[in-house]
Amino acid sequence: MSKFILLRILQAIPTLLVIATLTFFMTRMAPGGPFDSEKNIPAEIKAKLESHFGLDRPLHEQYFLYLQNLLHGDLGPSFKYMGWEVSELIAKAFPVSAQLGLLSLGIALLLGLPTGIVAALRKNSKYDYLLMTIAMIGICLPTFVLGPLLILIFSSWLGWLPPLGWYSLSDMFLPSLTLGLFYAAYIARLTRAGMLETLNQDYIRTARAKGASPIRVISRHALKGGLLPVVTFLGPAFAGLISGSFIIESIFFIPGLGKFFVTAAFNRDYTMVLGTVLFYACLIIILNLIVDVIQATLDPRSRNL
Amino acid sequence: MSSCTAPNNVEQALGDKTLHFGLGAEPQYLDPHLASSVSAHNVIIALIEGLVSEDPKTLKPVPGVAERWEISEDGLVYTFHFRKNAKWSNGDSVTANDFVYSYRRILNPNLASQYASMLHGLKNARKYHREGTSWEDANVGVVAINEHTLQLTLENPTPYFLELLNHYSWFPAHPPTIEKFDAFAKQGTSWTRPGNYVGNGPFVLSDHKVNSVIEVTKNPNYWDADTVSLNKIRFYPIESADTEERAFRSGFLHLTQTVSPDRIDYLKENYPDLIHFESYLGTYFYRFNLDKAPFDDVRVRLAFNLATDRKAIVEKVTKGGQTPAVCFTPPETGGFTPKARFKFDPDKAKALLQEYLNDKGLNSLPKIELKYNTSEGHKKVAEALQGMWKENLGVEIQLLNMEWKVFLSTIAKRDFSIARAGWIGDYVDANTFLHMWRTEDGHNNTGWSNARYDELLDLAAKESNATRRFSLFDECEKLLSEHAPILPIYFYVHVTLRSPTVKGWHPTLLDHHPYKYVRLLKGKE
Repeated sequence: MSKFILLRILQAIPTLLVIATLTFFMTRMAPGGPFDSEKNIPAEIKAKLESHFGLDRPLHEQYFLYLQNLLHGDLGPSFKYMGWEVSELIAKAFPVSAQLGLLSLGIALLLGLPTGIVAALRKNSKYDYLLMTIAMIGICLPTFVLGPLLILIFSSWLGWLPPLGWYSLSDMFLPSLTLGLFYAAYIARLTRAGMLETLNQDYIRTARAKGASPIRVISRHALKGGLLPVVTFLGPAFAGLISGSFIIESIFFIPGLGKFFVTAAFNRDYTMVLGTVLFYACLIIILNLIVDVIQATLDPRSRNL
Repeated sequence: MSSCTAPNNVEQALGDKTLHFGLGAEPQYLDPHLASSVSAHNVIIALIEGLVSEDPKTLKPVPGVAERWEISEDGLVYTFHFRKNAKWSNGDSVTANDFVYSYRRILNPNLASQYASMLHGLKNARKYHREGTSWEDANVGVVAINEHTLQLTLENPTPYFLELLNHYSWFPAHPPTIEKFDAFAKQGTSWTRPGNYVGNGPFVLSDHKVNSVIEVTKNPNYWDADTVSLNKIRFYPIESADTEERAFRSGFLHLTQTVSPDRIDYLKENYPDLIHFESYLGTYFYRFNLDKAPFDDVRVRLAFNLATDRKAIVEKVTKGGQTPAVCFTPPETGGFTPKARFKFDPDKAKALLQEYLNDKGLNSLPKIELKYNTSEGHKKVAEALQGMWKENLGVEIQLLNMEWKVFLSTIAKRDFSIARAGWIGDYVDANTFLHMWRTEDGHNNTGWSNARYDELLDLAAKESNATRRFSLFDECEKLLSEHAPILPIYFYVHVTLRSPTVKGWHPTLLDHHPYKYVRLLKGKE
């Protein structure tokens, strides 16, 4: 197993290099630059401005310099948030996004798993149809509709929860629910599908034939296999959840990573684009690795690597 | 049921005297010599005070760091006498040398300040900033006569000079702090962070969490601290207008930066006391590209102007209380109101276009592209005009929306036929509007050049008599309307939501609100 993990880590290095290279050149190919504004500035002043940040050097030089700095863990200064380093902005925003992501994931699992299991056990019953219809609506309903809707109900009408901010525990509930419900719906459908497939397997029939109680059959035998698709989905989903959601952050005014990620591209904040993309890539690589390890423990077939 | 968990900032503020302010965007810089946005202005004026300050109602200059000043008879030399108790937030005295240092800093070409040209009115400032002359040799018109007396010499008598001083580019920075962070000619240093920032304004920077909050706290060292009623101001960079509205309605904010155009009708009907429409010194317009047919011909440009029903745009499309732009400079700009010249006359428009088509042997104009930066509001206006021009001129217009930075580079390259634009005045004088149509101005971007126009502005710059100056400006407006390199559409209005507990907040043309006069009270004052 340790050989497997080491191999995967080594594989990650060229992946990150490719991502950094593509991102670097793609951002530079986009028209406009970080210092373009409606206020017209004379060419020589703009050149001086760019030279402050090394943007006047030949592109390949900038690229190698960036990689060199990257090796030292230096993501460079942000061009949009002057006086702040990209790494410190990420360091401040990531815990917020991680908190939001973890809470949402908790809600998603808490709602999604039992729903999926019940639907699978009562296949084609009215419960199944009802739960899966709700889940389908959950998947189709975008967060920018669900968010304001939940605010309207829980904040404006009932007055139970604050409509925005990230200051106290009560602030965290509505955004986590908005984000979590979408994933809950997805998890419910995946769980149902996975469970249905597993429940038809021979070893389940054997377990039943041997007289195991229904609860034992589900918890000891069926769940293990039935959850495999969910685990596969959770890796990238978790990375997506904790790396921030631009829409949720805008609706609820949360200082998370999603906003940096999206607006960096609009601002042509080159270093911020690269920093957030690489950070996100690392997260996905690490989480995918963890998923593979978990899968190997759940499913003996995938261990022979 | 009332809220049991949501913190109602607005109610609490009556006790803790904290103003909760919707800032819109996160400012890129808090350095007065580098700042370039409205949101930066809103924060910086809490932290730094210039030579003069502003009357909260009229924005007329009132004493700031300088308690009095004299103007020479020719209007070229201003002598400012500093108050002895003007202090930086760390207790240092504010001296005339601090201003000399600051003006040298912003004009230093190596700092690459975007607003340095605001100081070009100072004698020889341009020489130092743009022409490579050293500071010593350039002899820029800023001299510290002694610790408490500053003399500024101008290139031309500038009637709005004192008003100009309230632009942040004229604000001082604390020299020892700038030196400590090696920020004299360098961008991106951390002197503007809480704990490092030394200002001389009514507030000090106490907290800054990027994309979350900027907090300023009352400065006990401010010379006029007794007038300051607020203990704190918290600025929230909420970019979404809908989120801002929700924040306001839940008592999280005292005032919003903006209101979503789609919500105006609803808010006007349901919250008439909270929604405010205030004239704002800006013009929404389109540029024509004079290097491209058919807009190289004045008849076509005039035809498009005459085929534009501006009244219908403001009444049926924008609906935010805007007024039709029948000239380029907004009315009552520093006392100057141009004559209305951009009129709606579809018959005349049709005739002019026909004359052009006959000359060129054409049956109709080819399809014309109209470019605008992506936004629901710009789209609505563009669609309305597309319809109007189709109906009144029979012209096919293709709308093309572009992401902001792509749009900016398209304009700079002059790769357009018609393009959306907007201009907000930097100070209350027609010069801030008319100057951009000079031949060499970086904002012109139409290809229009008119020697007489440039000459008129040169004459106006040297003219100290207001009536004669205004008549020169009006002649400029006349030339603009005759040559029509642009198509003015409407004058801006600033729409905001504001809590009735905010007192001492007056509508002003530049949307400036000196915070030291703001109080939070229930009921009438």
